[in-house]
Amino acid sequence: MTPPSIAAIGSKWKPIALVAVVALLALFPLAGSGFYVELVAKVMILAIFALSLDLLVGYTGLVSFGHAAYFGIGAYALGLMSPKYEAANLWLTLPAAMLAAALAALAVGVFVVRVKGVYFIMVTLAFAQMFYFVFHDTKFGRGSDGISMNFKPVATIGGFTPFDLANAWHVYYFVLALLVAVFALLRAVLRSSFGRALQGIRSNEHRMISLGFPVYWYKLASFTLAGALAGLAGYLSALQFGFVNPELLSWHQSGNVLLMLILGGTGSLYGAVVGAFAFVALTEIFQALTKHWQLLLGGAIILLVIFLPGGLASVAGRFRRTLVGEVDDD
Amino acid sequence: MDIYTFLIQLLNGVQYGLLLFLVASGLTLIFGIMGIINLAHGSFYMVGAYMAFTLSSLTGNLFIAIVVGIVLSVVLGIVLEWALISHLYKRDHLEQVLLTYGLILVFEELRSLIVGNDVHGVAVPAILSGSIPLTETLSYPVYRLFMSAVCLVLAGLLYLLIHRTRVGMMIRAGAANREMVSALGLNINLVYRLVFALGVALAAFAGMIAAPVSSVYPGMGTQVLIICFVVVVIGGIGSIWGALAAALLIGLADTFGKILIPEVAGITVYLLMAVILLWRPEGLFKRVGG
Amino acid sequence: MTEPARTDRRSDATVASSPERILSTRGLTRRFGGLAAVNDVAIGIEFARLHAVVGPNGAGKTTLINLLSGDLRASAGSVIYKGSDITGFPADRRSRIGIGRSFQKTNIFPNFTAFENCRLAAQSRMPRPLHLFSDAASFGPVADAATSALDSAGLALRAGRVASTLSHGEQRQLEIAMVLATRPEVLLLDEPLAGMGAEEASLMVALLRTLKPKHATLLVEHDMDAVFAVADLITVMVNGQVLESGPPAQIRASAAVRDAYLGAEPE
Repeated sequence: MTPPSIAAIGSKWKPIALVAVVALLALFPLAGSGFYVELVAKVMILAIFALSLDLLVGYTGLVSFGHAAYFGIGAYALGLMSPKYEAANLWLTLPAAMLAAALAALAVGVFVVRVKGVYFIMVTLAFAQMFYFVFHDTKFGRGSDGISMNFKPVATIGGFTPFDLANAWHVYYFVLALLVAVFALLRAVLRSSFGRALQGIRSNEHRMISLGFPVYWYKLASFTLAGALAGLAGYLSALQFGFVNPELLSWHQSGNVLLMLILGGTGSLYGAVVGAFAFVALTEIFQALTKHWQLLLGGAIILLVIFLPGGLASVAGRFRRTLVGEVDDD
Repeated sequence: MDIYTFLIQLLNGVQYGLLLFLVASGLTLIFGIMGIINLAHGSFYMVGAYMAFTLSSLTGNLFIAIVVGIVLSVVLGIVLEWALISHLYKRDHLEQVLLTYGLILVFEELRSLIVGNDVHGVAVPAILSGSIPLTETLSYPVYRLFMSAVCLVLAGLLYLLIHRTRVGMMIRAGAANREMVSALGLNINLVYRLVFALGVALAAFAGMIAAPVSSVYPGMGTQVLIICFVVVVIGGIGSIWGALAAALLIGLADTFGKILIPEVAGITVYLLMAVILLWRPEGLFKRVGG
Repeated sequence: MTEPARTDRRSDATVASSPERILSTRGLTRRFGGLAAVNDVAIGIEFARLHAVVGPNGAGKTTLINLLSGDLRASAGSVIYKGSDITGFPADRRSRIGIGRSFQKTNIFPNFTAFENCRLAAQSRMPRPLHLFSDAASFGPVADAATSALDSAGLALRAGRVASTLSHGEQRQLEIAMVLATRPEVLLLDEPLAGMGAEEASLMVALLRTLKPKHATLLVEHDMDAVFAVADLITVMVNGQVLESGPPAQIRASAAVRDAYLGAEPE
């Protein structure tokens, strides 16, 4: 897998490319039809989800196969907080949803962060399955049919409503703003002492311990932050669809977000975003081809792992280096 | 709960645990010896069950179906290892997880294509369809006792294989040091192929004998996989004894959980895992390789 | 002044409680199954002195360092640091109280630059985990500590190179630089000269000499020339136990030590 290199974070092409992408996304609704505006908004929500997992997998080195649990908890938080006969308030429910997801991640993290290597993958999956069970089979979770929300949340604060979340365009720009915010947040955090310690843990955990870092707390903090951001993505998803069901916490969802990371390449933030777009593009194409599209998806994943372990970002990286004539020395 | 009901639940718990052990032993062997985490392991269980269904429908005899099924699953294991799994030996966990996740999707969809998504029953063979009477109203099915017996025999055979045969020695050596085994002239690739095929066959066989009791349905692979993960985490990777102890523990916890706290029975297993993780993050037992 | 030579293996209370000894052990033992890799070892390290531990392969030297650094838990016995019993302290806690350790098998962050390797090491003393929005590289004190550690280890010119691209000798230097960046009081050095050629080795020995006055150093080494060049006290271990311990002249003249080495590879 492409390891993250501190040098790569500040390379000079990146800011230009990033601004260009954001501009493109901002202008997109003017060109695209209603269906595509909703689709791209959905992709951007998945990009936030993928970014949250990238913090864990790509930068802390913790491969979690249960990240969908926190996505689902963020979504269900909105579902459970939405009253039947009026709209919920965005400014109350959004932080509450993120808090719920963060607390769940913290609770699970306490148990799993001490666990090494392949066990970690298994226990994160197991705990996610536990949450799935809670929403699928208990009265609290309202069961396998899920929850339908009659009203989208309103963004009213102090009597003033800056935007209307029942309007697809407003949702699109709200999601875009949050995607940019999450990206910027993670970029800053990864440059901070905390973020560098996380990357040290991914690079050589044993040495980090030997140097005196209390590695358990760093991993727990990373796990919790990743959970909170996944909860944000889940909340937005519930907001967009007006509906939540237990499949949001399924291990299919956990597998899909990992797939996004490998598609885009771990070890770079933009890789997560690219991966989300690539994943949705792939699934849309496959679904258009056949009812048994999961067969194609499974096959594509297998081929991808065997032939393109660095994901699409590694292809882009190799292409760029050939263009610019850089020496391949890192 | 009276003594007979308790006895029935105890037997059920042990039977479920032994079945889990069969599946989990394959999983833990594959990881302990080859270093591969195989998410598709549950799919092999499902494949076994569906093979039992289709073959017994074709031949009218479950025993023949099982024998044929075992042969087929060994072949499947060998082919899969050769074609796909062998690429994973030097790769990191993320890639192993993803490739085997892709395999799950492929298996699920192929099953959907070939056999469909319906739930099916498989008839218990006539010889084993009786029940042992316990009281005037309660009796215990012979088939379930048969399942437990078979699992125990296999557990014993597995132990003998790993600890008392030359092949088993090679397997254990392969777990400890791959390069050394190659240097000694033993064909490590062959050992791995064998181990993988064994793992697949164990899971598939478990699915086959479980079919009459649990029915054959689409989600059965995933369900057993996740419980097996819990077994392996609790028992310790690579440890056959650990897998046995943990599987029995979980089988009993799950069975009694369903009776005593039906509302949240599904979480019992995970709570158990959480408690044990706090106490022993490495699992209860040491691994095969030492 | 150095204590008189100790040739008996009994753990001794006075060894542990001597005021000059920053780090010492009493009856330190580590068993793996039935085998005692380190058996009833009493050893001490003094400030501004270099105590070398030598012995044939399998003598238990690396196990000893692991027991001192906290990478391994003792099966029996105790480790005392500045008068306190730290036997139960895990490795990260020992590092934080001032015990630094370098590894025989190079244990760096291969994908970071040499500078970042040391910066991260220095950051462990000033972790600032809640400063989530300031770029760690621009924090002066940590960057300075990293730079001075690199300078001490002779790697100033290589600071910007990615660690995996450094030569083997440079990586061994980086290995030391990282420990120095944590400003430890005790240095536990596990074969710093491993795999080095003659010129690199003499540079490393010169480095060890400059470090000696400022730290309490324990050096595990196979290179006997280096050991005799810098050690104030030498302990010879065989099969997990202390065979003999004393100033270099005594060890050089000792028949028991010669016999112990005759069966093993001469270095």
